[in-house]
Amino acid sequence: MAKRVGIEVSLAISEAVKLANVDVIAAYPITPQTHIVEHLSELVADGHLDAEFIPVESEHSAMSTCCGSSASGARTYTATCSQGQALMLEICYIAPALRLPIVMTVANRSLSGPISIWNDHSDMMMSRDTGWIQTVAENGQEAFDLTLHAFRVAEDPRVLLPTIVNVDGFTLTHVIEPIEILDQKEVDRYLPPYQPQMRLDPTNPVSIGPVGMPEVYTEAKKAQDEAIKGAKQVILEAWQEFGDMFGRYYKPVETYRTDGAETLLVTMGSLSETAMIAVDQMRTDGKNVGLVRLRLFRPFPFEEFLAAVRGVKQIAVMDRALGLNGAGGPLATEVKAALYDEPERPYIWNYVAGLAGRDVTIENFVEMADGVEAAAADGVRQGYTIINVRE
Amino acid sequence: MAKETGIVSWKDLALGCSIVKPGSSAELKTGDWRSQRPVTDYEKCVQCGQCYIFCPDMVFTQNELGFYQPNMFYCKGCGICARECPADAISMVEESE
Ligand code: SF4
Ligand code: SF4
Repeated sequence: MAKRVGIEVSLAISEAVKLANVDVIAAYPITPQTHIVEHLSELVADGHLDAEFIPVESEHSAMSTCCGSSASGARTYTATCSQGQALMLEICYIAPALRLPIVMTVANRSLSGPISIWNDHSDMMMSRDTGWIQTVAENGQEAFDLTLHAFRVAEDPRVLLPTIVNVDGFTLTHVIEPIEILDQKEVDRYLPPYQPQMRLDPTNPVSIGPVGMPEVYTEAKKAQDEAIKGAKQVILEAWQEFGDMFGRYYKPVETYRTDGAETLLVTMGSLSETAMIAVDQMRTDGKNVGLVRLRLFRPFPFEEFLAAVRGVKQIAVMDRALGLNGAGGPLATEVKAALYDEPERPYIWNYVAGLAGRDVTIENFVEMADGVEAAAADGVRQGYTIINVRE
Repeated sequence: MAKETGIVSWKDLALGCSIVKPGSSAELKTGDWRSQRPVTDYEKCVQCGQCYIFCPDMVFTQNELGFYQPNMFYCKGCGICARECPADAISMVEESE
């Protein structure tokens, strides 16, 4: 039977990895991911988890080790963030190209410089087109559930792609929350043992990761593109089955009080919970404001997103990263691209907020909703605002 | 499209663009890259084997008389053998000639 316990979210993620019965963990510690791998190394050292824990010398080695281990048919896990993920990025492109179902937690953190260890989504945006499936947790329970979901999806023979679970650093990883920890029997029912479709095996030799000449590279990328697009169906099925088994249902795009809304806020991650409180408050004040949260970031859930925002007058997209390209935040750019083909397009204003742990308050969300309405009335185009910046 | 060359539809590529048949590179014809071919003057050749050693494609095999002969299915015409031959026994000849 599942047990509801008060536990630090990092430790709950480690417990999910243990319940997934991984074979190999190769990781390098980096704040704020440290508690996850620290706890996993304890679980292995104390004999609670029968796995190889490989304490590598860098994140580049961590992902390289994960590729080797996954290619040999082992269920493989790692965790990182920010500068660590930047260092492993070279190999992050290779894992999905080789169709290796590695699962990774990213304890989202800003990228230097200036040097910063605090939470935002810069690292998520850095790796957005690497070919990994990416989900985003809003709270501790989701971090636990999405970790199990990640193994289930990644290893599905119809998918075979590595999967990132994004968990906000500190604001989620370091807080203690009541979390329902499933028991081993329940997890085993949801997550069957990994059956590799192809693996390094001396009795049946294959070459994984050879050169792709110009005659082959385009076809290889096309196959990868189809794989990540096709993954969505399996992601949905795996959430449906999770809900049927354990009562918690997840969707790629979650809506909150969007009925009859004229203005929508769009968010990802833990700040969505603050945004919900702001929406409640604005609804009480008679404003027609709702909230749309992305739980699935890659592949981008175009269909579900468009269905969720259809018919509204204006959208305020909150980005927790600044794309230094003159266009504001990367999420808003994608939202605009998603809406371009719609016959009726809502007005969009982009708010870059919560960079490197800067607080985003209920008042800030009210400011965003009011701001997008005012900007729409003024008809200003292509705009973004950095919230809370001192002039 | 020819499967042995790996030039296939994206649907027919092995998972992750892997190579599932060991040694299949032997089926890859690299001879059609060539614009010049090596021609050995066996009067000059001293059978030192340098051409065999330096050829990046392991094109040469020694015949029963001790001379090294290239397999033109693989020879790319790079000219390394001609450059390295200490007896100047190999000359590169235009393919069209
Ligand atoms: S030309 Fe180059 S490929 Fe051809 S036999 Fe000489 S060294 Fe080998
Ligand atoms: S390098 Fe020149 S001399 Fe030596 S074996 Fe080859 S052709 Fe003969």
